[in-house]
Amino acid sequence: MARVVVDVMLKPEILDPQGQAVQRALPRLGFDGISGVRQGKRFELEVEGPVDEAALTRIHTMAETFLANTVIEDFIVKVES
Amino acid sequence: MSTRIGVVTFPGTLDDRDALRAVRIAGAEPVSLWHRDKSLKQVDAVVLPGGFSYGDYLRAGAISRFSPIMELIIAGAKEGLPVLGICNGFQVLTESHLLPGAMLRNNHLHFICRDQKLRVENANTAWTCDYTAGDEISIPLKNIDGRYTADERTLDQLEAEGRVAFRYVGMNPNGSLRDIAGITNEAGNVVGLMPHPEHAVEPLVGTGRTDGLGFFTSILKRLISA
Repeated sequence: MARVVVDVMLKPEILDPQGQAVQRALPRLGFDGISGVRQGKRFELEVEGPVDEAALTRIHTMAETFLANTVIEDFIVKVES
Repeated sequence: MSTRIGVVTFPGTLDDRDALRAVRIAGAEPVSLWHRDKSLKQVDAVVLPGGFSYGDYLRAGAISRFSPIMELIIAGAKEGLPVLGICNGFQVLTESHLLPGAMLRNNHLHFICRDQKLRVENANTAWTCDYTAGDEISIPLKNIDGRYTADERTLDQLEAEGRVAFRYVGMNPNGSLRDIAGITNEAGNVVGLMPHPEHAVEPLVGTGRTDGLGFFTSILKRLISA
């Protein structure tokens, strides 16, 4: 079975206070040198059958209508080998 | 015939009982609707109440938006069915694209629960016509995903068309853009807001005032005069 990964991230112009909170915690924990953190979501889809163009089109539609809210989020679809 | 106002219960909804009660206190007939219902039971208007439908999984309102009853409500709203979304209900309305924009985590990351002052900006919608533009009301606010966001062009359009229905007065509780607490669609039949009018309909509880009752008397008036 093939795996397709959908990464969903807040659009760059959208404030991400959760990412900021993570970033602020880093120096306190001894992790220096990180100038920015943005938090997103990763979906791992186990696909039945071949990951052909038709399957990827369906997954793209799924990501656009459901996994991501394109008003605030961008997404990337990747096929894992 | 009495005016029937439906209140939808999703798994994880919290405020359906209070919404049904508010409908009854305003003088309409409350009708419980279940998220899997395939009929709107001849209701004249619908309230999507607050809570954490589907546990807010994925995004608040994202899964509820695809429930069977929402198919009917989305189709109905486009034909003029009055729909009020409160808190999680507002999130469902933006996820359904019945209202523009989206709701994000509060900018301070805390759950907030307090009485909130709002200004009524648009008193012409189906759910606000019993108020006067400029009225300041105080009703409870309780959420963690209340930061209203839309792109600049959408915000400018909302402002230009008078579709910002409510604005926070005093401190902005969640970082919502342009202090927006609630908006309406172009036709004025769909309204969404983060604070909870259904918790402020009796002097005994809540804020001790009945500032929220106007939402429910508004829709009753609008439906009776229609």
